[in-house]
Amino acid sequence: MKHLIPEFEKLKARFPAGFESSLVLPCVRRIQEDRGFVADADIDGLVDYLGVPRIQIEEVLSYYTQFRRKAIGRWHLQACRNVTCSMRSAERLIDHLSQRLGVAPGQTTPDGVFTLSTAECLGSCGTAPVVMVNDAYHENMSVEKLDRLLDELQGS
Amino acid sequence: MPGKQLLMTFPVTATSHTLAAYLARGGYATLRRALATMKPEDVTKEVTASGLLGHGGAAFPAGRKWGVVHLNDHQPHYLCANADEGEPGTFKDRWILENAPHLLLESMLLASYALQVRNAFVYIRGEFDLPYRRLTAAVEEAYAAGYFGEDILGTGFSCDVVVYRGAGSYVCGEASGLLSSLEGKRGYPRNRPPRLTVQGLFKRPTVVNNVETLANIAGIIAHGAEAYKKVGTAKCPGTQLVSISGHIARPGVYEVEYGYPMAQFLFEDCGGMLAGQPLKCIVPGGISTKVLTAAEVEPLTFDHQSFAGAGSSLGSGGMIAIAEGTCMVRLLQVMLRFYHHESCGQCTPCREGMGWMHRIIDRIVAGQGQPEDIDSLYRISRLQDGMTICGMGDAAGYATVGILDKYRSEFEYWIREKHSQLEGNLEGAVHA
Ligand SMILES: Cc1cc2nc3c(=O)[nH]c(=O)nc-3n(C[C@H](O)[C@H](O)[C@H](O)COP(=O)(O)O)c2cc1C
Ligand code: SF4
Ligand code: FES
Repeated sequence: MKHLIPEFEKLKARFPAGFESSLVLPCVRRIQEDRGFVADADIDGLVDYLGVPRIQIEEVLSYYTQFRRKAIGRWHLQACRNVTCSMRSAERLIDHLSQRLGVAPGQTTPDGVFTLSTAECLGSCGTAPVVMVNDAYHENMSVEKLDRLLDELQGS
Repeated sequence: MPGKQLLMTFPVTATSHTLAAYLARGGYATLRRALATMKPEDVTKEVTASGLLGHGGAAFPAGRKWGVVHLNDHQPHYLCANADEGEPGTFKDRWILENAPHLLLESMLLASYALQVRNAFVYIRGEFDLPYRRLTAAVEEAYAAGYFGEDILGTGFSCDVVVYRGAGSYVCGEASGLLSSLEGKRGYPRNRPPRLTVQGLFKRPTVVNNVETLANIAGIIAHGAEAYKKVGTAKCPGTQLVSISGHIARPGVYEVEYGYPMAQFLFEDCGGMLAGQPLKCIVPGGISTKVLTAAEVEPLTFDHQSFAGAGSSLGSGGMIAIAEGTCMVRLLQVMLRFYHHESCGQCTPCREGMGWMHRIIDRIVAGQGQPEDIDSLYRISRLQDGMTICGMGDAAGYATVGILDKYRSEFEYWIREKHSQLEGNLEGAVHA
């Protein structure tokens, strides 16, 4: 995490003085983007750098669904299963994904290429059903579109 | 167009979100004029006089919230735009963030001036990608043009803004949970009093307003409270963004003038139901508002009084149109699974109640329901009413009671026959 400190310094400059505690979320996010997950050494580094209690960082890591302590697949598929997406075939999509990848939501394929997750409303119901692939929203999905997308990702 | 428009006033193009396009539409002229000619309290007076209502869900008057902040109390004040947009069915703030980010920023500057805020924040949900990139690009443009930072436009007024990303938590949309998160902690909502306008972010007076609420400020200051009040109804001024989804022909974001007829909105503006299916009911304003049957909603006008009269509310404007043939038991199951997943666990009635309701509905769907399960769902819903730190306990109760009151027979059928009356179908009569 040490190599990110210059970036963290820039971030800090945008906040009022005394807001070190607020930097926990953005720093954790940046670390996760960098490493793919948050390791013990990152927590140690952040405790030193921000001067916040270790328990605060651990609580944040366990509280927010986007943060993780372990590596996941190269492509993270997050299929929304909230009300509108379910009304627009999300349940069938998730079943299809599960079958095609041979994993249940929450699991990663043995080759480490895909992790399948379910998500709650992603704020994109007008273009339901929605599947996130890493950071990108894929909207108005269907089994056919999803299959094409998986073919592409598999080969990339 | 469903009535007059105050926000969606320009054609969306590949560049209409940029600073250049915003300036060409007259952007930041209001800020320039207000900083030169108005006192901070004049801005608040105008907002109060306009009757602007909060668009985050509770329709609390913005001026009344702002009025609590004392300008000369020798401590920092903070402003936070709530861009968490987590209420299922809601995707309207996203329209502003993607298409009119400078309208939000100019409005936040006006609000910051009114409330004497040196540091403002936008708390945006962690999943939002394009909205985040558009907003941060706009912030950089605004800084480069001198609209943020020290001594803005040479007026002596200084203000900074930080875009802060959430990380996946529904309760972080609740204003006090949001501030806990912005302090870099778990998004635990806090007991009130004290109000956030007295003790908010790091215990300083803080105004949290929804993105859409704030986006209206620039227009109100530009044209005056009187002009704003001419739009909408006497009791319900202005417009509200509606994000409509579900079994509707033309889902999307619409700006609807208060007082507009609902039947016309649904069946003309939104093109009616998908594939011409009959309408069964609508969720009017996010899943935490009570469903209204087709017969109940069609005669209504789009305003708070009309919807309150029908026993529901416009909430966050997250409307979901549900076609005949949709199984309400399965729909409630999806909702209760969500609430259970999102309960932050601080309050016993919410933490235990959500789990309990979720287990009951799962049991009914598994064909193992008992006749008394329906009464249990009612009882647990009422248990949470007003007994919790934040509104989520109540919200889950409203959603449950709304569906049970109107579709009890579907629950009785499933419990009795051990299967759905409607094959557990959520996709309406037409499978996509
Ligand atoms: C569980 C829960 C979730 C909420 N989520 C949001 C949200 O995502 N966006 C929002 O603006 N308000 C949300 N609210 C309402 C906020 O607490 C707050 O009332 C609102 O941001 C105030 O803005 P307004 O006065 O401009 O409407 C939520 C409330 C609750 C109880
Ligand atoms: S009502 Fe539920 S979500 Fe809100 S503070 Fe209590 S436990 Fe948390
Ligand atoms: S329900 Fe899936 S994006 Fe809203």
